[in-house]
Amino acid sequence: MITLTHYIVLSAILFTLGVVGVLIRRNAIIIFMCIELMLNAVNLSFVAFAHYLNSMQGQLFVFFTMTVAAAEAAVGLAIIVAVFRNKETVNIDDINIMKW
Amino acid sequence: MEIYLFYIVATISVVTAAYLIFERSPVYNALYLIQTMVCIAVLYILLEAQFIAAVQMIVYAGAIMVLFLFVIMLLNLNIKEETKGALLFQKIPAIFMGIALFVTICVILKSKLLPGKHGEYTTAYVNSIGNTRVIGNLLFTDYLLPFEITSILLFVAAIGAIMLAKRKL
Amino acid sequence: MLNLVGLILLFPIIGTAINGLFGKRLKKETVGYVACGSIGLSFFISVLVFCGLLLLPPDARLFEKQLFSWIESGSFKAAAGLQVDPLSSLMILVVTGVGFLIHIYSVGYMHNDKGYHRYFCYLNLFTFSMLLLVLSNNFLLMFIGWEAVGLCSYLLIGFWFEKKSASDAAKKAFIVNRVGDFGFALGIMLIFLTFHSIDFTEVFNAASHGNFGVGSFTVTVITLLLFMGATGKSAQIPLYTWLPDAMEGPTPVSALIHAATMVTAGVYMIARCNVLYTMSPFTMTVVASIGAVTALFAASIGLVQNDIKRVLAYSTISQLGYMFLACGVGAFTAGIFHLMTHAFFKALLFLGSGSVIHALSGEQDMRKMGGLKHHIPITYKTFLIGTVAIAGLPPFAGFFSKDEILLESLVRGNFIYWLIAAIAAFFTAFYMFRLLFMTFHGESRVDHHVAEHIHESPRNMTIPLMILAGLSFVGGFLGIPGASAINNFLAPVFGGHPHTEISGTESIGHHSEGHPYLMMVISTAIAVAGISLAYRMYVKKPEMPGRLAERFHLIYKLLLNKYYVDEIYDVLFVKPTKIISIQLWKRVDALMIDGSVNGIARLVGWFGNIFRHLQTGYIRNYAFYIVAGCIFIIVLTVFGK
Repeated sequence: MITLTHYIVLSAILFTLGVVGVLIRRNAIIIFMCIELMLNAVNLSFVAFAHYLNSMQGQLFVFFTMTVAAAEAAVGLAIIVAVFRNKETVNIDDINIMKW
Repeated sequence: MEIYLFYIVATISVVTAAYLIFERSPVYNALYLIQTMVCIAVLYILLEAQFIAAVQMIVYAGAIMVLFLFVIMLLNLNIKEETKGALLFQKIPAIFMGIALFVTICVILKSKLLPGKHGEYTTAYVNSIGNTRVIGNLLFTDYLLPFEITSILLFVAAIGAIMLAKRKL
Repeated sequence: MLNLVGLILLFPIIGTAINGLFGKRLKKETVGYVACGSIGLSFFISVLVFCGLLLLPPDARLFEKQLFSWIESGSFKAAAGLQVDPLSSLMILVVTGVGFLIHIYSVGYMHNDKGYHRYFCYLNLFTFSMLLLVLSNNFLLMFIGWEAVGLCSYLLIGFWFEKKSASDAAKKAFIVNRVGDFGFALGIMLIFLTFHSIDFTEVFNAASHGNFGVGSFTVTVITLLLFMGATGKSAQIPLYTWLPDAMEGPTPVSALIHAATMVTAGVYMIARCNVLYTMSPFTMTVVASIGAVTALFAASIGLVQNDIKRVLAYSTISQLGYMFLACGVGAFTAGIFHLMTHAFFKALLFLGSGSVIHALSGEQDMRKMGGLKHHIPITYKTFLIGTVAIAGLPPFAGFFSKDEILLESLVRGNFIYWLIAAIAAFFTAFYMFRLLFMTFHGESRVDHHVAEHIHESPRNMTIPLMILAGLSFVGGFLGIPGASAINNFLAPVFGGHPHTEISGTESIGHHSEGHPYLMMVISTAIAVAGISLAYRMYVKKPEMPGRLAERFHLIYKLLLNKYYVDEIYDVLFVKPTKIISIQLWKRVDALMIDGSVNGIARLVGWFGNIFRHLQTGYIRNYAFYIVAGCIFIIVLTVFGK
């Protein structure tokens, strides 16, 4: 029997992997992919909760999350293209003019 | 039977996610991520969310990830990430930080801080009408306003993306 | 008519505003008309108010007008209120009347100055301040006027501020006045603490009907503090040093300061507070002694000074000493009477000396004058009248008022006061005629190129001189012994207080039946002696002063250098203050205060320098902190309960 806990733990593992990816990778596009992974992990927990609580809201929320993710991917990739055009790199360690 | 399927799919998704983190080449990364998403779509079906599973396949694995691959290829980014530069030391703490995050999430689960209220959409009821139909009903009645706002959001995002990516306007 | 009293204050301040704000853009004539017109209107209203007061029966001559409630804080109430009684009505007449003449004179005197509108703006403000001081019905409003007068004197003495000596003199006047004002402010605070009011009427009623006996310690302290203020404003020992230096200002300003405004403030204040002063015999003794000593002291300095305006300055200090002597022996009427006559003839003398200086293109040294009486006849004649008046020859104004003070000092005081006053009167007659002879008589010692330009002053300068000469001539008849109009007029203010030992004016009459006429003869003789000595020394034998100066050269040097008082003050007060201030500046301000402020800034900078390394600029680094923060918050919410 698959319980809610199975799904939540899996979701937590995927989310944590996404976080670690954001923290250790330098390539902006890969960081972006890790963020998508985190979003997916959360979506999974949403659907799991919805299923085990006999509710439809979780699924609807996931639907909206996907829309936002799509919008975010479009804008984010456009930003990466713009940055690459200016700096000839997508290594975020080279994009560090945000300091003191 | 289902539990084995769950374990197999879950293992594949975790392994591919781990590859996503440690693989150097962006194109492989994208492919691994697609695999993770397919796994998650399978899990959605296990959770009786057929519509979401389909959307996951079409939007995520299909549209978004293809967009990623396009960008990678357009910018010719299939180069190995160089290890030089600052923050080399962050790798180990970051992994520990991830473990700590995982532990805290698990602790929350154990502490039963997440009580839930059971709704009326039981699996049998939803299946009797059809999953997509229920979602469609809700989207066009109770969630009409957010749904319409979503369209505006996508519209704005499309314009924004063109604005940013275009060389000259 | 009494209700119009507010207008007296309004006109000068309007004049100030117009000339101060728009004077630069106005034509010179307009500036002059505005300034003179505002004071002229003010004078006209003053006359109306005076007449209105005269129509009332003598006992009801007190009118108060509340303009608005000014400060109310707990039990402390200060209203902006005006008070008209015989004393203040007389003062406003003198201030506006003499002030008006000085304004007219200034139009001629200052016509070439580039600060023309600024000058008249200050002059109007000066008059306004003095009127406010005189008309206020409580101590606080009076203090405002008191301070404003000090400010205006600063502005006007330093009018030619590009001259270092002028700006120094202005600073000196301001600072010395502040010393006195400090005492005055303390006195007001003590009055409020003691009587729980600062309203004149209430305070004086409480004082005379309250449980303060004659010689009460509190009242003595109050009156001494107030007197400290008076010594500053009215240039008495020990705070008189600013007045001779104040000659750096334009001459009409000196006239205004010496005659109508400023220096009379102290005398007026003491006369106003006569109820308090009569309750404290000790203070009265102090006032009388300081007045007498100042009269003699300043007159002796005046004997040898060579600057025409300085002689007049010391003579003013000396005459103010007379007024304080009169107040100190309880003869407030005599003091005010002398204040009034002195205003006439001192304004005349200053304006006359201004006319002389004008004629000689700015020369002030009497050793370079002489023989001017044919060149500037109108100035000479009016000046002569003023000199005779101050010297005290009958029937000129100074004779009656000075004579009354001499008489009162003998009757109410003692022989020593009289002797000092008489010697000072002798000195006065001497130095004033010395001034007259050195300036107008004898051979001309004027420089050649200056001599060619000697000319009589224009009409608008000579006409005020003539009017003032007339007043100096007739002013004294207000106070003829026996039928003294001014005595009767002022009696309601000064007479009939329960604690007054020698009350009112009528007691003198039967006290000293034979005295007045004998005294008149004596004082006339003193004046004549002084004049004849001056005549012998400066007209008959011009070489005699030099010989005398050689024979008594120690005394001469002492007098010429004003008893070295400025130098002594410099060593005793100015230098130590400067040293202490420099130490405070370097040690306390620069080291401690600035040091602590800079230290805090440096500390913050130091911390910032350390913690700025957290801001690496690497996005991954920031994301790391975000995750750490998330974990922290989760832990806090889960385990924090």
